[in-house]
Amino acid sequence: MQHDVLIVGAGLAGMRAAYEANAEGANVALITKVYPVRSHSNAAQGGINAALTDRGDAWEEHAFETVKGSDYLGDQDSITLLSQDAGPEIIALENMGVIFSRNDDGRLGTRRFGGQKKARTFFVSDFTGQAILHVLFEQILKTNIPTYNEWFVTSLVIEDGQCYGVVAMEMETGNVQFIQAKSVIIAAGGLGRVYEPSTNALICTGDGMGLAYQAGAPLMDMEMVQYHPTTLKANGLLISEAVRGEGGHLYNSKGERFMEKYAPNMLELASRDVVSRSEQTEINEGRGINGCVHLDCRHLGEKFIKERLSQVWEEAHTFSNVDMTKEPLPIRPGMHYQMGGVKTDNNGRCWDIGGGGWGGVRGLFAAGEAACVSVHGGNRLGANSLLDTVVYGKRSGLAASAFAKGTPSKDIPSSIISKDDNMIKSLLSRKDNKDSVAAIRLEMGTMMNEHLAVYRDQKGMETALTKIRSLRERWKEVPVRNKGRIFNTTLINAMELGFMLDCAEAIIVGALFRKESRGAHVRLDFPERDDENWLKHILTYQQPGADPKIETLAVRMTQWEPKPRVY
Amino acid sequence: MEKTIRIKRFDPESKNPQAYHQEFKVEVEESSSVLDALITIRESIDESLAVRCSCRGAICGSCGLRVNGQGTLACKTKINSLRGSNGTITVEPMGNMAVVKDLVTDMRPFWEKIRQVTPWLQTTGDAPTAEYLAPPDAMTHLNPVMGCIMCGVCVSDCTALEVDPTFVGPAALAKAYRFVADPRDAATNQRLRDLDEPTGMWDCTRCMVCVEVCPKGVAPMDRIMALRSKGMNSGLTDTYGARHSMGFIEVVRDKGILDEVMLTIKTLGLFNISRFMGLLPVAIRSLLHGKLPKPGPFHKPLPGMHNIRRIVDTTEKMK
Repeated sequence: MQHDVLIVGAGLAGMRAAYEANAEGANVALITKVYPVRSHSNAAQGGINAALTDRGDAWEEHAFETVKGSDYLGDQDSITLLSQDAGPEIIALENMGVIFSRNDDGRLGTRRFGGQKKARTFFVSDFTGQAILHVLFEQILKTNIPTYNEWFVTSLVIEDGQCYGVVAMEMETGNVQFIQAKSVIIAAGGLGRVYEPSTNALICTGDGMGLAYQAGAPLMDMEMVQYHPTTLKANGLLISEAVRGEGGHLYNSKGERFMEKYAPNMLELASRDVVSRSEQTEINEGRGINGCVHLDCRHLGEKFIKERLSQVWEEAHTFSNVDMTKEPLPIRPGMHYQMGGVKTDNNGRCWDIGGGGWGGVRGLFAAGEAACVSVHGGNRLGANSLLDTVVYGKRSGLAASAFAKGTPSKDIPSSIISKDDNMIKSLLSRKDNKDSVAAIRLEMGTMMNEHLAVYRDQKGMETALTKIRSLRERWKEVPVRNKGRIFNTTLINAMELGFMLDCAEAIIVGALFRKESRGAHVRLDFPERDDENWLKHILTYQQPGADPKIETLAVRMTQWEPKPRVY
Repeated sequence: MEKTIRIKRFDPESKNPQAYHQEFKVEVEESSSVLDALITIRESIDESLAVRCSCRGAICGSCGLRVNGQGTLACKTKINSLRGSNGTITVEPMGNMAVVKDLVTDMRPFWEKIRQVTPWLQTTGDAPTAEYLAPPDAMTHLNPVMGCIMCGVCVSDCTALEVDPTFVGPAALAKAYRFVADPRDAATNQRLRDLDEPTGMWDCTRCMVCVEVCPKGVAPMDRIMALRSKGMNSGLTDTYGARHSMGFIEVVRDKGILDEVMLTIKTLGLFNISRFMGLLPVAIRSLLHGKLPKPGPFHKPLPGMHNIRRIVDTTEKMK
């Protein structure tokens, strides 16, 4: 099994990268632990941002609002590329078949989203991610790109500091194999399950970040974890920002539209970190309703809600037993997105091609939520994540195919799998000590949600670090009681937990290191943003048998000087 | 509250692999879904239970299975909405598919059938430099069918697939409709011709089950009926299905009742001796049980026949 480009993960970033690499003539394959259309890109409801000049919008405005949204931690050259490539990318997706919602004149329509003054979010009702994901999957079928479905990648194969493929287990048989490639793109998504609760799917376990980290690539800005302002109390599921974009209001227990106090201009459409903190403050100060605030959109009318927000209505009805046309919906901030990830350059490379001052792994690329370019900095704007996946998915697909062309094939013996094969055998042969993968995961998640949430402080984070290290010790002994090889989900969960513990540690050490408040990272003991000392990225390198090594890297600025952030 | 969940198990690695049912008593909450219960079982009672699941919110399509005999998504099915016998809830893998392990089925044939309907947009001419212009309603019309998450639940419970595994099935046909009804697609006629072939759109028996079980409101059977209409309107009238559909109207217009014998002749053609011979035993049994009206020449025209004709003609004009 040999390819030019192998892509780990088949969500939007992965499939967009595959499409592009294939168009460049590379022999490309996707490997995913689910089926492509099961990927979590599905969950992006609201839309995808683009400033189209023929609609009187300008990329500079989109870029500036993204820079401001990032609390000036985003790299401005990367954000410029993001906003400049957005328009052509929307058109490309439409031409592939996405059924974007339209205006009466038959052209694409937009809606408003948070942190932005103009309506520049293109959408498909409220299942935009799903609609794009399925269309990209259609393109994968059309171009006959092979997909390894339900294969779990256990490690990257690194020789002399360069990545030559992956070792992976086919879930249906339990067979472990080496899949060779001249370049590998990590597009495996986020790490939501590190937290409990989270809006993320059960498959979002930080595998991609963990794989790259263990292979020697640095993770960047991992302390920047986004809490989404509107999640369901019952199960943590997401309620799209589109509800507020379309005119939904937030109220506290006194019936006050409290965002008037925190963001007098943008109100409910201030950036997510701001709205989530405001809600949490209301709840902490006793103006919540059973630990929630109310999201009210009754004034929008039944027809409007059922046409533009049909999935949200259905979701609130199914999971909270609330009819949003008739009553307000209780919601609260919940863990949603990892702004940080595998450090890449503007072409998805996870190594420094010169002069950047950081180290990594040659032949390794990353895109999407697993990556950190960084276009989101300290806080991502709504509807910029889909854009990030396709713009940087495409760029990494191009760069990875070019890299593969210039890379001679290498002889690597198939015995390379023995380390992972033995690891799996040892997992399956552990003694039953009454501990369980699920119990460790739950303790980690609850603890992270307590100490690494919207508000943080030194003491809480130190507690978290001690705890995560003790959980890691337990993980080393945790039994897998299911001994079968065919579709052994507990075995998969045990390996996922290993990746999650690594990610959790990186989040905590990054958060402890950053002694200021910026974006999603707000410390009660350092409540102010400190541009003089902290206008920089934090890179975390895993060190075998030692604590992670931390380095910093200057933020790349172009035309936007840091200013106080007012919404 | 405590609930009893009865799960159909299958372990291909056991000494004598055979399916069996196993009961689990599990503590659930008022708001719990069947998936919550299955995860609780897997995490705290029996780690070997195999089930696919991911999003928990009915958007990824992983957890299709059968609850109390009916196809559904485990995450979308609330425990307190179920009335099982003696409060026991029975959970089984999807039907019309081979079982890999427990509740995990082999989805390969499902994806192969999706592939059969050329599931991508086919346009002609140079790619435009902007978006394709399209009427907003035509796009909104596609939303419900684009809402298909490919969970396989319709395929699981399809009664036509049960007797004919070669039928392309409701999910693939709904996908086909998504392109046939897309004003940007330029291959409509070819698509309809392909769907007109055996195992295609005429193999649906209109049992409605796919509409009932679909967790996303895609209503595959309605899409199949729309495909048939589009096919006939584009001149594809030479299948048993199309002739049956058109003959049905002609017979009713002619006689005011459904004359099954005439309908059969119109559908199969007068000289299709072998098919008639095959149907003869059924016809005789039906006749003996009073389930067929007297054939053609023997029955009297209904009173008020001209009114029936008027209704048929008006309806035809309204199409």
